[in-house]
Amino acid sequence: MTGGNGIAARLRTITERVLSGSATVFVLLGLILVVISVLNPKFLEPGSLMLFIKKAAPLVLLAIGQYFVIVSGEFDLSVGSLVGAQVVIAALLINGVESATVPVILGMFVGGALIGLVNGLVTTLLKVPSIIATLGMMLVLYGAIRWLTGGAPTGALSESFRVAGRQGIDGVPVIGQIPWALLIMVALGIGAGFLMRSSWGRTLVAVGDNERAATFAGARAWWVKTSAFILSGLLATAAGILLGGYAGVTAQVGQGLEFTAITAVVLGGVVLGGGRGWVVAAMAGALTVEALFRLFTQLNLPSTIRPTAQGLIIIAAVAYAAVDRARRQRTPTTIGTPRHSDVAS
Amino acid sequence: MNALTPSRRSPGMSTTTIVYLALVAILVIGAVLVSMSGRNLFSNANIVDLLTRSSLLGFIAIGQTLVILCRSLDLSVGYVMALSSLIAATTMDGQVSRIPIAMAAALGVAAVIGLVNGVVVTKLKVNAFIATLGMGLIIKGYLDTNYAGPAGDVPEAFQSFGYTRIGPIPLSTIVMFAVAAAGIWFLHRSRTGHHMYAVGGDAEVARMSGVRTDRTVITAHVLCALLAGVAGLLIASRFGTGSAGVYDDGYDLESIAAVVLGGTYLLGGRGGIGGTVGGVLILATLDSVFNTLSVDPFIKDVLRGTIIIAAVAVYARRSLSGAPTRRRFPERPPEPDIPGQPGDTPTHSETGAGGRP
Repeated sequence: MTGGNGIAARLRTITERVLSGSATVFVLLGLILVVISVLNPKFLEPGSLMLFIKKAAPLVLLAIGQYFVIVSGEFDLSVGSLVGAQVVIAALLINGVESATVPVILGMFVGGALIGLVNGLVTTLLKVPSIIATLGMMLVLYGAIRWLTGGAPTGALSESFRVAGRQGIDGVPVIGQIPWALLIMVALGIGAGFLMRSSWGRTLVAVGDNERAATFAGARAWWVKTSAFILSGLLATAAGILLGGYAGVTAQVGQGLEFTAITAVVLGGVVLGGGRGWVVAAMAGALTVEALFRLFTQLNLPSTIRPTAQGLIIIAAVAYAAVDRARRQRTPTTIGTPRHSDVAS
Repeated sequence: MNALTPSRRSPGMSTTTIVYLALVAILVIGAVLVSMSGRNLFSNANIVDLLTRSSLLGFIAIGQTLVILCRSLDLSVGYVMALSSLIAATTMDGQVSRIPIAMAAALGVAAVIGLVNGVVVTKLKVNAFIATLGMGLIIKGYLDTNYAGPAGDVPEAFQSFGYTRIGPIPLSTIVMFAVAAAGIWFLHRSRTGHHMYAVGGDAEVARMSGVRTDRTVITAHVLCALLAGVAGLLIASRFGTGSAGVYDDGYDLESIAAVVLGGTYLLGGRGGIGGTVGGVLILATLDSVFNTLSVDPFIKDVLRGTIIIAAVAVYARRSLSGAPTRRRFPERPPEPDIPGQPGDTPTHSETGAGGRP
């Protein structure tokens, strides 16, 4: 981007982006938040909003990780079980001992990266479709949880482990408390945004769009994809730390999160199969899913009917976005405009 | 690349051979391991257990094969199975005279769900992963809200579907093999079957060649849901009631694993039901061996996951080396190394159209 018309061009591309594929999610998120606050004005109070953020943060982190993988054309079905295994193992190892917290957290990140590395190498070098590779990993990790817990997890997380998920900077005027979860979420979101603007990010999208073309153009597709899986493992670890801190340890923690994370990413207009989508929209997708859960609570829906509403909304939103995209692709002016060229030009 | 290799009449033959060789190997190794622990893998009870397990997963996996061949996917099969078992059991309500109408109701609802899946995937262009996952969630909500536990009452006469045996072979297994045979005939001899391979191979090319691609994919989804409905009938007849809880048993993902283990290409267009049945038998045999040896569930899942990944890795190498496959449009090379995901028609057709003269 050149200096002269930089800001104007950037504003234009941002508007274009928001109005294009990812518009649905922002409209939907706004709509749901408005409905919630109409039903319950107290929702807009800072404390209540911050509580919402604390609860949503783990899913947002998972959505960032899943975004990297999905935009490169793959799936990561192992993140839910990875979160579960990490939390259960952490509780077992820490067992309430404060001094064990930092080494265990470091170990968790190493473990998460290793799981991601294995997922990535099995997918890229052994050429196993990622849906099967990560499904296998999911089986292994759920097996590990069952084996370690025998139904009920043992041990306990230390207080300092739970700081990230539960606490924040207290005494802030007006807001009261800024949760660490919010800061972590924003920091990682900004990091992910910059990463996607780096050459690594652009290669990732190119590989997701057309791996063969990207390879001919000199991209090391296998490494870019593997690093996306590693990032997904690291972000799942971070999500596990927040979730364990916020909600505590059960054998069920993390169960089904992989599908919720994929739902969030897809709701954010990221196309399964790779090649297009915006990481910020994926994060908004995660917030939308959480807001949806919150709305169901507000409406006093029996918890059992929630999946039905969730399923209907996902299908409707994705169908809307798909039809919208198909319509857009037919107009000749946008055909030659790749989604990410704005950064390069 | 010459597609009209000598194995034209039996496409995927060599993959299927590998699957059954692997099955024999696993049976032999399993039998040796089990006999070392002083038991017999081929005891009557074990064989009945193994075959019953196979028939349940088999029905679902045969249907899953059809949708995967079309480059689609069905994650709602477990929920359809639970729903149809409940519809059947509550409609029968213990009366023999209501068996036909109960079966019709259960299968009818299943078919309608398949129809909706297919229409959402083809007409609304929702990725199959999301469409069927969403459908699964919708059914789950309905089931959880309306059925707290098992419901309905299945008369003795219908329970015979689940318990009748000819020698050690359960009736349900025979029905499953018959369905598999019909499916193989359907794929290899019927026009719609050929269209399924064509659509899975390249939807855009198939469409330009005059195949009604949407209709083909919808047919596959309807058949898949119908077979999940049959699995539900089997559940009802074995349990004596309908059961909502079966959707938690992971049949959706396991059926996909069986299909892929059976050599069907996850991106569509290659493979078949013969291999899938082999994949189902392998998974059931592994389960049976693990249970007889009372293997720790942890090790069991690790082994199962590893075996699935290893098997698929073997196939991946094969397809890269240009093994004989059923290629409907030989002038266009397949794209084994483009790891798009199933149902990814927009991007795929886009790049496909751009790359063609």
